[in-house]
Amino acid sequence: MLEVRNLKKSFGDRPILDGINFTVKDGEILTIVGPSGAGKTTLLRCVTGLESADSGEFLIDGKPFDPESVEPEQTVIGVVFQEFNLFPHLSVLENITLAPTMVLKQSTKEANQNAEKLLQQLGLAGKGNLYPFQLSGGQKQRVAIARALAMKPKILCYDEPTSALDPNLRDEVAQLILGLKKQGMTQLVVTHDMEFAKQIADNMLKVQALDSKQA
Amino acid sequence: MSLHYVFEVLPSLFQGAGMTLELFALTLIGSLPLGIIVSLGLTSKIKPLKWVLEIYVWLMRGTPLLLQLIFVFYGLPIVGIVFQRFNAALVAFILNYAAYFAEIFRGGLQSIDQGQYEGARVLRLSYWQTIRKIVIPQVVKIVIPSIGNEVINLVKDSSLVYVIGLGDLLRAGNVATSRDVTLVPLLLVGLIYLLMIGICTYVLHKVEQRYAYYK
Repeated sequence: MLEVRNLKKSFGDRPILDGINFTVKDGEILTIVGPSGAGKTTLLRCVTGLESADSGEFLIDGKPFDPESVEPEQTVIGVVFQEFNLFPHLSVLENITLAPTMVLKQSTKEANQNAEKLLQQLGLAGKGNLYPFQLSGGQKQRVAIARALAMKPKILCYDEPTSALDPNLRDEVAQLILGLKKQGMTQLVVTHDMEFAKQIADNMLKVQALDSKQA
Repeated sequence: MSLHYVFEVLPSLFQGAGMTLELFALTLIGSLPLGIIVSLGLTSKIKPLKWVLEIYVWLMRGTPLLLQLIFVFYGLPIVGIVFQRFNAALVAFILNYAAYFAEIFRGGLQSIDQGQYEGARVLRLSYWQTIRKIVIPQVVKIVIPSIGNEVINLVKDSSLVYVIGLGDLLRAGNVATSRDVTLVPLLLVGLIYLLMIGICTYVLHKVEQRYAYYK
């Protein structure tokens, strides 16, 4: 379970987030929705430690954690980026096994086995030796998911999972996320797509732009 | 041009070429890693470090290599730093070439998408792991053509060492030309340079091909 309490963030003197509270229960999907410029991505970046929050508390299973910590034991959050951010020079398999071997110190054999299992699960069996440029957008996204899952996170976060893909893949992404939920994955999804959010959400958090000039 | 004469001067030319090659190889071994390290400093957020390195690059690119050679060999002994001829040449060449390589690598580093760093960050890779496994392999692919230019320049720049009394290929040719009053040795020198650069070009092409496996 992830709890975020009273999260605040501003850029310079422009407030972006003020007093954000939410909870993602184990095995549930929380969607964060709101118009463009409302700070959804900033919120996600604070939770994933890519941006430092001005104030606020982060708790995982009731225990406080620091999203910005670089300690490998603090790998509680997995991230699937909007543009996937796969490593272009590494094969699909290497993309997935790099962090488990280097950070979690898994043996190459163990990491490879886990990765193969994840690829199988995500319908990417046999694609391990391909390079990211050889994959379709949907496949890249699934590799990004596999890469995040290989670190055994407690919660998986997505930034706009539908926006870099062909619109007709929306249902496929929804099925993918719901499929992971069935396996017990806790997920946090940032999206501007209301339809999509409703399709997958157990709970929904709406954020509004604090700065009216933004619009 | 008698064939007999050609075979008579060739040994001394090859001897000079040997020195040229030795300087060439050792300069590359020293200046490429140094260039990478300097480029990391040039893109660092630590301002004083950046300034110091910018001054270094400015000095190295802002004065002729010939002057730097004279300075290292004849100038530094005044402050108690004495190098043997060859070592002086090596120091000057490494410092000079590292500055050019650093600028090339800096350009490469800046063209790496921020998403690559973030992708590595959320996987909890450390700074050095990210640099080594994610950044450098991609930078290398980007910079090979520019590095190749400098490598080829280096073969020819090595002829500047005559100024501190080292006997390289060009000097060997010069000596023979003035002794025997014929341009034949210099013609041979030209051919040997062409041969060395031909080999360099071929090797660079092979390296480029090795990195062509991804886009």
